[in-house]
Amino acid sequence: MTLTIFLILALVSVLSSILVITQKNSVISALYLIVTLGSQAVLYFLLGATFIGVLQIIVYAGAIMVLFLFVIMLLNLKRDEFGPDQKKGQRVLAFLFTLFLAVEILAALKIGFSDGGTPAGAVLNPASGSPSEVARSLFIDFLYPFEIVSILLLVAILGVVVLVKKRF
Amino acid sequence: MAAFILISSLKVLVVFSVFMLIVAYLSYVERRVVARFQTRIGPNRVGPAGLLQPIADAIKLLTKEEVFPANANRIMFVLAPILSLIPALLIMSVIPFGDSLTLFGQRIDLIISDLNVGILFVFAVTSLGVYGIVMAGWSSNSKYSLLGALRSSAQMISYEVSYGLSIIGVLMMAGTLNLMEIVKSQANFFDWYIFKQPLGFLIFSVCGIAETNRAPFDLPEAETELVAGYHTEYSSMKFGMFFMAEYAHMLNVSAIVTTLFLGGWQGPWLPPVVWFLLKVSVFLFGYIWLRATLPRFRYDQLMSFGWKFLLPLALFNIFATGIFMYL
Repeated sequence: MTLTIFLILALVSVLSSILVITQKNSVISALYLIVTLGSQAVLYFLLGATFIGVLQIIVYAGAIMVLFLFVIMLLNLKRDEFGPDQKKGQRVLAFLFTLFLAVEILAALKIGFSDGGTPAGAVLNPASGSPSEVARSLFIDFLYPFEIVSILLLVAILGVVVLVKKRF
Repeated sequence: MAAFILISSLKVLVVFSVFMLIVAYLSYVERRVVARFQTRIGPNRVGPAGLLQPIADAIKLLTKEEVFPANANRIMFVLAPILSLIPALLIMSVIPFGDSLTLFGQRIDLIISDLNVGILFVFAVTSLGVYGIVMAGWSSNSKYSLLGALRSSAQMISYEVSYGLSIIGVLMMAGTLNLMEIVKSQANFFDWYIFKQPLGFLIFSVCGIAETNRAPFDLPEAETELVAGYHTEYSSMKFGMFFMAEYAHMLNVSAIVTTLFLGGWQGPWLPPVVWFLLKVSVFLFGYIWLRATLPRFRYDQLMSFGWKFLLPLALFNIFATGIFMYL
């Protein structure tokens, strides 16, 4: 049962993420990205991490992608603005980075599968996904890194406001 | 396992039917009540006191011609109303409408799915409701629709922030995200979070009205400037689905307010389900009352009210609750 759901979702996730980059129309690729994020949220549910799954929907599918769509619709990009990119260097760099990523994933899989068959960290532990466990690791175990990241985000937001606002 | 599936399907069936019935009759009640406010009579021709009006409306909508605008994106145009209705229907699945009861030796919880993160599920699904509106506005290939959709999504994003923050006080006091346990923590009348969290209740109600795009926050469909906003180009049952989604959202917000602030299904003498429906109807009446009474906001007023007033107030509420709980 779980395997069937996983296979269907994995297929949906992979297909929609391929469709994200093959679509000419930016609004439609944004919508496919939402499908990808949604199916990943259900994968989290399957792992027993309901809290993370719900957060995935609230934050990514619900908030960030709405802003994405909003900006795309505001800018109202035309189709011809998405022609093949003229910059040659970009293509080479993109290929190199993709290669790095592929090697990284392969290495991770190889290390994971070499001991016992299950990839490391993929062991099902329903307790680790509960809100209280996530809160414990955020606010007790990793309190200082968490607070520092939040200050970093605040600074970034303020920076954007300062950059955009012309007169005070 | 078989019993579980049977009971769950029955619960879904019953809740869905009652929900749709209320949604249909909400439109009738609204028309009658608003008519009273404006010293009119309202629909009273179809059936006794006009009670069959929703059925007549449904038949009218189902048999009308479907119009597709030229150059509209067909798939998205059809998907949009579906995508705005489904989230509205999903929220009911985590709302508790009674304690458990025993029937034929089976213990049945009067909630479809008792999720550990119930309230977060509500917010997740609510935030997905924007897509239906955005897609409708974009795929219609019409300026009115696009402007309506942009307004609506900006409004929903802005008010979602305070909407989420306003309930943090309740969650802090209840110590759980589970809706059933939140209801159970309000056993006594003075334990209701409307008394413990009056500010949270006010912010949540205002944001709830803004989230459903209802008057006085109904700028997305301001008929004087945008014809009908994001559903300008829709006809027949596709328009009907947007309509149903709006009423379903009203019902959802009322149900969540009841659960979080008004003690949910708890009350003396009457059965829990009746109490739940009573509290929901009181809040729904408030909704209709507001629509009949208040004029529409201006767009900049709406935005500055959301960001400069409600958001700081919600943050202050969390801060004050934290201090009170620490003392």
